[in-house]
Amino acid sequence: MKYVSEFRDPALAQSLATAIAREVDPARSYAFMEFCGGHTHAIFRYGVQDLVPSNVRFVHGPGCPVCVLPMRRLDDALELAERHGVILATYGDMMRVPGSGRRSMLTARGAGADIRMVYSPLDALALARDNPGRQVVFMGIGFETTTPATGMAILTARAQSLTNFSVFCNHVLTPPAMEHVLAAPGIALDGFLGPSHVSTVIGAGAYRPLVAQYGRPMVIAGFEPLDVLQSVLMLVRQVNEGRREVENQYSRVVTEAGNTRAKEVIEEVFALRETFEWRGLGSVPRSARAIRPELADFDAEARFAISEKQSREVKSCECPAILRGVKQPKDCKLFGKACTPETPMGACMVSSEGSCAAYYTYRRAETMAEMEAAE
Amino acid sequence: MCLAIPAQVVELLPDGMATVSAGGITRSVSVALVDDVALGDYVLLHVGYALHKISAEEAEATLKMMAEAGLIEEELGAGQ
Repeated sequence: MKYVSEFRDPALAQSLATAIAREVDPARSYAFMEFCGGHTHAIFRYGVQDLVPSNVRFVHGPGCPVCVLPMRRLDDALELAERHGVILATYGDMMRVPGSGRRSMLTARGAGADIRMVYSPLDALALARDNPGRQVVFMGIGFETTTPATGMAILTARAQSLTNFSVFCNHVLTPPAMEHVLAAPGIALDGFLGPSHVSTVIGAGAYRPLVAQYGRPMVIAGFEPLDVLQSVLMLVRQVNEGRREVENQYSRVVTEAGNTRAKEVIEEVFALRETFEWRGLGSVPRSARAIRPELADFDAEARFAISEKQSREVKSCECPAILRGVKQPKDCKLFGKACTPETPMGACMVSSEGSCAAYYTYRRAETMAEMEAAE
Repeated sequence: MCLAIPAQVVELLPDGMATVSAGGITRSVSVALVDDVALGDYVLLHVGYALHKISAEEAEATLKMMAEAGLIEEELGAGQ
């Protein structure tokens, strides 16, 4: 139990681990998908896998927005910055993600493109106000947690008549991605750890139809390691008792309905795309947001002519299968060799929420040893 | 991008904005998505927008954990 001392309440961590070990049925296995990359990170950082019995397995889900963005969309963003001469404002997570030909926002910036790292869409609005002679495009990316912020920025731009601000919208939805994973063949899941912050926006109620249809337990989990441990215990109990419910471990923050005002902003600004391409999942119907036609002035895709292009993923990169939960980083022959956080071949190695980055940072030696043993 | 930081409201500004403080860093953020934010409240902060009010105990415990992990400055974009 080498990690327990790092928990905020080591005694509680220990007693949760003991309870899980006591209640797990040794005759069966438990595969739980943590959807959110933030949970993936916490599980690795605190060694949660080592605190649970070996027949309880975490399957890492596609809830890392940078990882699931298809290369084509990144190439489009690079084109906006390079060909259309805009100021491209983006979250830091995007800077090192490799696009076609291993080019990234960082290399494009080095070659003269005006790409700025921002903490918030508010900073992108400020860039537009401070540079009235330039077009500013904000790279909107993320699940339901970051969508309201992008929506608010668009409403603010409209209220302030900012004619040089637009958004390249790549926002995606959690429940359709979960459904896609559940409906896919070849993956056996016994339950989901539901995301913390996405759920503060969409509410616990958003998952009920999914849980009813697919009959898998769901526990919405806080993002601290103690939350994750407690949620695993709740999932184990659901499985053992044959219950298939949405439970809310993070009830101190997440409500049934979520944040009504944030949901209203999303509805006011965004429509659903009929379909959207995800890295790893392919085309997922009604899984992404687009800016409503009446707000087309603030939609970079309506404002700039973005060329058709063929984006090519790195052939041997296993990111797609890893994002679906059907492969692990150790199954990728690039891991730790050609692909490291310093020289990433795929997005899963770039983002701190990506599975490969988590394995590399916290379990590199074990993973490399497993790879050698398999050769 | 996906982390949320608990921050305390230290000043209410016009246009749904507020000054908040977290881990010794102050920032101007939007509180337009949360109802009835008052001075001294703790909010969960996401990319510059408060999404939820939380209790002081919850906020302090989380901030302590994040400070130990060195996450606050990284997330608040300090020093940019």
